[in-house]
Amino acid sequence: MPDYPLTAAAIKNQFKRAGIHFVVALPDRVTSHYLLKGLIADPEFKVVQVCKEDEGVSICSGLYAAGHKSVFMMQYTGFLDSINAIRGVAVEGHFPVCMVVGLLGKEPDVAPTQSKKYGVKIIEPILDVMGIEHRLVERDADANQIGAVIEKSFATSSPSAILIGREPR
Amino acid sequence: MMKRDEMLKAFARQRTDEIVVAVYTAAQELTHIQPNDLNYTFVGAMGQGSSHALGLALGRPDKKVVVFDGDGSLLMNLGSLVTIANQAPKNYIHCLCENGCYETNGSVPTPRSGQIRFAELAKTAGYRKTYEIGDLAEWERELPNILNSEGPVFVTLKVEPGEAYPENFPRLYSLEYREKFRQKLAAS
Repeated sequence: MPDYPLTAAAIKNQFKRAGIHFVVALPDRVTSHYLLKGLIADPEFKVVQVCKEDEGVSICSGLYAAGHKSVFMMQYTGFLDSINAIRGVAVEGHFPVCMVVGLLGKEPDVAPTQSKKYGVKIIEPILDVMGIEHRLVERDADANQIGAVIEKSFATSSPSAILIGREPR
Repeated sequence: MMKRDEMLKAFARQRTDEIVVAVYTAAQELTHIQPNDLNYTFVGAMGQGSSHALGLALGRPDKKVVVFDGDGSLLMNLGSLVTIANQAPKNYIHCLCENGCYETNGSVPTPRSGQIRFAELAKTAGYRKTYEIGDLAEWERELPNILNSEGPVFVTLKVEPGEAYPENFPRLYSLEYREKFRQKLAAS
């Protein structure tokens, strides 16, 4: 049992298991320090930094069309900002865009829908109404499901969201 | 100024095996002017063409990727110039069909219509080479250089509507055509 409930290594290993090479990202305060910086430093990954999140939806789609699997890391604020691209490209366009979304400010071990933070509270209902499969990750045991979520996304050519509920260390 | 469909026909005459990403009216016209399984029209949301093209260029560095973007579209995704320049794909050719308006949405002028040097924005962002082309003869003359340049290359094309072509939005977003694209590219 690690000292910290969620580790960056557990998430990174799941990316590797799912055959991810490209990580498209805009820094998210939840995952930047331990996960994103680690991915940038790891030669097995190619990190494509974007200026705005909707770019990432489309870059992942272009990568898919070119035969590659990728994940797209962002903060929940960026998810909210890029809803139209997610709607038009990923959902209606049936592109397997796998989003890794940091829930900045979510209270530990509190369900996102019960968060006192408005922006966090609305994320799962939005994903539900858009028909996007999502999974909350707060512990390494949850992280072990990430590979399967990514694989299902590509098998069904549909988007998915992995919600990171606390900072991975 | 050139007619956009004449510009696309001139491109089609010199195209070999490039991936072509086209948006809005250029996409509608391209599907008529040069049907090709490597035409990528599945952009899905305004402004996103340049970003789809970046994914394709990074995923297939052995293939040239030519994007026919719009000025209204690029204004919606200006940061993509910096993202693209930061990745610096050598196989990326960004052609901007500058018509100064939102043609599909009633031809309302874009902000600062006709007063922005988009090629200068691209140069400042870090594109390796930029062109500004105002007539068809110049486009036909420069195209071999453009296609053989190391990217990312940015080309402003001053265009106006030409012949009207039937719109077919279901074709632009067709899953069947997207799968044909993927298969053709995988085999290329």
